Amino acid sequence: MKTRVEVVEKILSANDQLALENRKVFDDSGVYTLNMMASPGAGKTSLIEATIPKLAERYQLGVIDGDVATSIDADRAAAAGAQAVQVNTGGECHLDAVMLKGALAQMDLGSIQLLIVENVGNLICPASFQLGTHKSVLIASVPEGDDKPYKYPGMYRGVDALVINKTDLLPYVEFNMDYFRQGVEALNPGLVTFPLSCRTGEGIEGWIDWLIEAVEAHKTREA
Amino acid sequence: MHELAVTESILEITLRHAEQANARRVTDIHLVLGDLASIVDDSVQFYWDMISKDTLAEGSTLHFRRIEALMKCQDCGERYKPGDGQLRCPKCEGGRVRVIAGEEFRLEAIEVDSDPPTDGDGT
Repeated sequence: MKTRVEVVEKILSANDQLALENRKVFDDSGVYTLNMMASPGAGKTSLIEATIPKLAERYQLGVIDGDVATSIDADRAAAAGAQAVQVNTGGECHLDAVMLKGALAQMDLGSIQLLIVENVGNLICPASFQLGTHKSVLIASVPEGDDKPYKYPGMYRGVDALVINKTDLLPYVEFNMDYFRQGVEALNPGLVTFPLSCRTGEGIEGWIDWLIEAVEAHKTREA
Repeated sequence: MHELAVTESILEITLRHAEQANARRVTDIHLVLGDLASIVDDSVQFYWDMISKDTLAEGSTLHFRRIEALMKCQDCGERYKPGDGQLRCPKCEGGRVRVIAGEEFRLEAIEVDSDPPTDGDGT
């Protein structure tokens, strides 16, 4: 006998479920968490390195670094003063909730207040996999070109903040900021955006202020 | 390439529902995928044939229903498909627009062969 069984389930529901469990771990430990995504070379690690010393007086930071191979990123985060754990995904092009759960087991969550998860450099896959973090941040960079929102709409859709890194290169490369921002606005109306340069430090303060505000607002809500 | 992870998830959902329905065999799987969902049908099919082997879903067919991306202008109400490298409203050229379709990513239904209900005495 042939029957049709109605399912209507999100394809990545198992991952979403685990992401919720990760979120509970964060909330129980009082740790605010960010999922940082970008293409390779946009400046995720550089932004983390620039962020750690600016927050050192307020918070203990943790960083989980996802990469296909090497511990270069975790080493850089540790050298900047954070508790760092490297996750090597083997071949996987993104972190998922299971991988993050494994990495959390290696962290002392009780001694940090802010955890930054540096996703694998990729503008496609990480957007589909919830991790359970409180906020998602995308880092674009000027030399990548102004057409990225149009080419990778999924990535721009689901994030809570956008950093535009390497603004010091604007005089040297073709990058139409208006065209870029039009694409962002169409995909994610009102998205909070921070043009900055990790190299010169210009614009970093706005990003740091936003981050502190987000952590403090979350603390108040949880209290 | 995250199609393998996606395909594994499709198999997990399929087998869970097939077992609940006391299926002997799964014949068809119906997926709904928006064009913004960044999934390549052929890759999913390729992985599916490999990982569904020796399960209830071996030999089953995946059906992909694709939903086109659609946008709507908040100013003039125009509904339109996003253009190549252009997301603004093609009618009024406004930038206050919304994505209203194209992000679907779900397993809608499966078709299974199941045993007919047995009589009370089992004969």
